[in-house]
Amino acid sequence: MTTSSHLRIRHLSVAFGGQSVLRDVSLDVPDRKITVIIGPSGCGKTTLLKSLNRLLDSVEGARVTGSIFVDEDDINDPKVEVTRIRKKMGLLSQKPQVLPMSIFDNIAYGPRLHGVRNKAVLSALVEKELRAAGLWDEVKDRLHGPASRLSVGQQQRLCLARGLAVEPEIILGDEPTSALDPQSSRIVEQRLMALKADYTVIVVTHILRQARRIADYIAFLYLGELVEHGPAAEVFAAPRDARTKAYLTGEIS
Amino acid sequence: MAKEAARLGRDRRARRSMRILSFLPGLLVVLVLLGLFLKARGLLAVKPLASLLFGSEWKPLKGSFGFYPFILGTFWVTLAAMILAVPVALMTSIYLSEYAPRGIRSAAKSFVDLLSGIPSVVFGVWGVLMVVPLVAKLAGLFGTYSSGYSVLSGAIVLAIMVFPTIILVCLEVFASISRDLRDASLALGATKWETVKHVILRKGAPGVFAAVVLGFSRAFGETMAVLMVVGNVAQVPKSLFDSAYPLPALIANNYGEMMSVPLYDSALMLAALVLLVLVLVFNLAARLILVRIERRVE
Repeated sequence: MTTSSHLRIRHLSVAFGGQSVLRDVSLDVPDRKITVIIGPSGCGKTTLLKSLNRLLDSVEGARVTGSIFVDEDDINDPKVEVTRIRKKMGLLSQKPQVLPMSIFDNIAYGPRLHGVRNKAVLSALVEKELRAAGLWDEVKDRLHGPASRLSVGQQQRLCLARGLAVEPEIILGDEPTSALDPQSSRIVEQRLMALKADYTVIVVTHILRQARRIADYIAFLYLGELVEHGPAAEVFAAPRDARTKAYLTGEIS
Repeated sequence: MAKEAARLGRDRRARRSMRILSFLPGLLVVLVLLGLFLKARGLLAVKPLASLLFGSEWKPLKGSFGFYPFILGTFWVTLAAMILAVPVALMTSIYLSEYAPRGIRSAAKSFVDLLSGIPSVVFGVWGVLMVVPLVAKLAGLFGTYSSGYSVLSGAIVLAIMVFPTIILVCLEVFASISRDLRDASLALGATKWETVKHVILRKGAPGVFAAVVLGFSRAFGETMAVLMVVGNVAQVPKSLFDSAYPLPALIANNYGEMMSVPLYDSALMLAALVLLVLVLVFNLAARLILVRIERRVE
């Protein structure tokens, strides 16, 4: 598969207080595709995802070595402005994390921080991103109501819209459907599939069926090690490593 | 069957006895109120309540009991203490919870814990030795004279005493906010300070408010340390450098001393009643405000 990649991970290792969580991970994440990171719980999937936008900075005792290149910058370079890196990536967490403010303000939060003050511009932006997240019709009459009153599924789509509003290049999803009902999960999956036309999407999941549904590219992590990665069709049809095979057939989980 | 019935009976008895026990504290408040009221009745029978609450003259020997200076004394000392304590305590807890490395956080926390364990009389002595002279000097800088035994001294000592309460509660509040919520804000490119300002403080607002109320309640009733540094002059304080005479100090200084003066003990009971009612009203108001804040934050 020949694709461009503006997110490249090189020899990334992460340890928490001396305990190694990720070991020497190198991966080129293909642009405008959905890359799904699979692996049993505790294998370092979430850590890998968080290291991509430097959220491990605020975790006490975390030691990160290696490089992550976004466009040509190594984001682990201490000279890099971390807010600029994070702006390039939207994050969806396991449980939707709505900010304690209105629906409108949740989405306007990011743009406002980055200097958008014009009300008309903000309103247009809020509508655009809510439509992109497939939430507009459900909330257009209560934009100024508290976001916490939305259902969990709606909250997750709100988080998606909020992430899109800072115009990222990459969308990170950390088991983004694990707290959702099947109906909402499906909607979020469909949104992610639609968004890959414009964004590079990376999703962590431990649900193999979900990986099969949405993945273009698969990375299999096991005990902190990147065991195998490749186009989804190839990995699912013919895994090269015995451990991948065992995981895909459910022998290890 | 009989065995079952016995088990269920025990269950019922346990529930009932615990229910009665949990009503007791509430009942105590009512009993204390009632007791104070009955004791204060002697004075209330001969003087109208308004003249007692808003009268400024305190001459027990002449039979005039005006509580206004004491009520205002309590009010000003407490308010000044909170104005000093809240910003510092809030910023301290934000620093400790959001910025400080774990080592500093736990060290600072144990110091704050220690601070809260110091008996109030020790704060009082410290206030007399350190704060009172300092305030006297400060008054000089402002071009007025003060003995140092003043509202400001009381406020400073009190502020330091409520400090731990506010900090420890605020730390709990901030710790209860999930890492993921912080990450959600950071992931949008917010700085730490923006995250604190827009997310942590807003999410934690009800808790922070509760912490302040707790500090306020403590400051309101604090007796010993304040009594030692405020000067205890029955006058309405006109500036921070004036002496004051808060209600708790009045009661503590005089109860058992001048009981031969007619109506004196009744007056002190009324002072206690006023203090208690003020605290209750304040707590009730705080609860109402808390509900509104919670609704807004949601």
